[in-house]
Amino acid sequence: MSFVLGIIVLFAKLGMVLVGLLLGAGWLTFWERRLLAWIQIRLGPNRAGPWGLLQPVADIVKLLTKEDLVPQGADRWIFLYAPAVVAVTALLVFAVVPFGDSWTFFGRRFPLVIADLNVGLLFVLALSSISVYGVALGGWASNSKFSLLGGVRSAAQMISYELSLGLSLVPVVMLAQSFSLVDIVQAQAKYPFILVQPVAFLIFFISAVAEVKRIPFDLPEAENELVAGYHTEYSGMRFGLYFLGEYVTMVVLGALAAVFFLGGWKGPVLPSIIWFLAKVSVIVFVQIWLRATFPRLRYDQLMHLGWKVLIPAALLNIVVTGAVILLIKG
Amino acid sequence: MAKITKKSGYVQETIEIFSGLAQGMATTLIHLFRRKITEQYPEYKRPLPDRTRARIILTRDPDGQERCVACFLCAAACPVSCISMEGAEREDGRRRASWFRINFARCIYCGLCEEACPTLAIQLTPFFEFCGNDILKLVAEKEDLLVNHGGKNNDYNFYRYAGVAMVGGKGTHINEKKPVNVKSNLP
Repeated sequence: MSFVLGIIVLFAKLGMVLVGLLLGAGWLTFWERRLLAWIQIRLGPNRAGPWGLLQPVADIVKLLTKEDLVPQGADRWIFLYAPAVVAVTALLVFAVVPFGDSWTFFGRRFPLVIADLNVGLLFVLALSSISVYGVALGGWASNSKFSLLGGVRSAAQMISYELSLGLSLVPVVMLAQSFSLVDIVQAQAKYPFILVQPVAFLIFFISAVAEVKRIPFDLPEAENELVAGYHTEYSGMRFGLYFLGEYVTMVVLGALAAVFFLGGWKGPVLPSIIWFLAKVSVIVFVQIWLRATFPRLRYDQLMHLGWKVLIPAALLNIVVTGAVILLIKG
Repeated sequence: MAKITKKSGYVQETIEIFSGLAQGMATTLIHLFRRKITEQYPEYKRPLPDRTRARIILTRDPDGQERCVACFLCAAACPVSCISMEGAEREDGRRRASWFRINFARCIYCGLCEEACPTLAIQLTPFFEFCGNDILKLVAEKEDLLVNHGGKNNDYNFYRYAGVAMVGGKGTHINEKKPVNVKSNLP
């Protein structure tokens, strides 16, 4: 009985997260266009539905009804499946992200996380590594110069920035004494880690933006050099899947930043889910804001920033954090 | 800035980098709340200048006569060959177009026909909202193009300046000198 109930609860939570994440990502495309327009003192899409809120629906209908082209000479099966890798890995990360305090129904506790893995943080990093394959293979399988260059660039960029992404999270683990994302949030009951780890937060945020391949780190899809980079040859909903992956990753990285540094769902007065969503929205807004502000880095500047600035800074931060923890305890 | 220059290289550089980034972010944040300059097109139609080049008309002179004399200069000037016509003669011997056709699906609204026209007959107007789904409906015949006014110059009448004067004979055009009596300067 409890086994069946567990499966039902699991599927309910999966459905909740999946629907929420997909709707959120769809809506985010609209909000990004709207915010970018506002920052450029335009109005942005405001025709579909009230205030243009149905714009994502129109976009999805358009993408679904477009012809699904596979270019001649493309490696057909890899070409067809690569976008799914990006979208699926982005969605899978959310499995370990706690999005609220536990709910209690009929005397039972239901924690608002799909899987409280004890190696949740490693799971997150592993999945973000796998999503490199989707991009790199998609670029390679397209059999186009631009796609290949975009794929190669994204592989180099994402591998470089994964290092600083992982290293910036080591102090968080040292403070929380756990790899589990739920435990990390619980460890921030008194104060969020951003107060004691501002440098780690900065490194994490910059690396995260680079991982999502967004401006100012959008070299893999640099439109004025590479047409559209790794998804040049994609059309229809396969292109849409790359897009979906990007926007889901934006939400996921907002959620991760909230969990690791901003105290997750913790917050006074309001319900935990509201706090969590608010923190995610702030991070996502800052990502859009960055896009509206900064020009793209040159390739050597990108590598310089990753290898010569962020990684040493992250390593130094680990050493300093360790020393301070030792001092306080000893 | 004097304070910053005292600090060591790395610190100074870091401060400069972050203040530069912050300035950019501040600028975009201020713009987020600025009044938007977008004009909402179907609700608000921006008043267009008189010389905006859009739909072509055939105008009439102040007497109500068609100005077009079917000289084909517009058709010759047209870079996309969207103007076609056939010349004919009126009862009084003056020329007219028996039919006149403009293919608006092909027209690029360059205004060269208007510049070529010696009688100010063909003119471009600011009216541009006549797109359609059926490409054949964009072909305009003479009756679609003719209007009952003089367009940009209502007072101009070509035949008062040039051509054969119908009344009064030679020397009655505007700005035209009386004909010289060729025999007056004989020895």
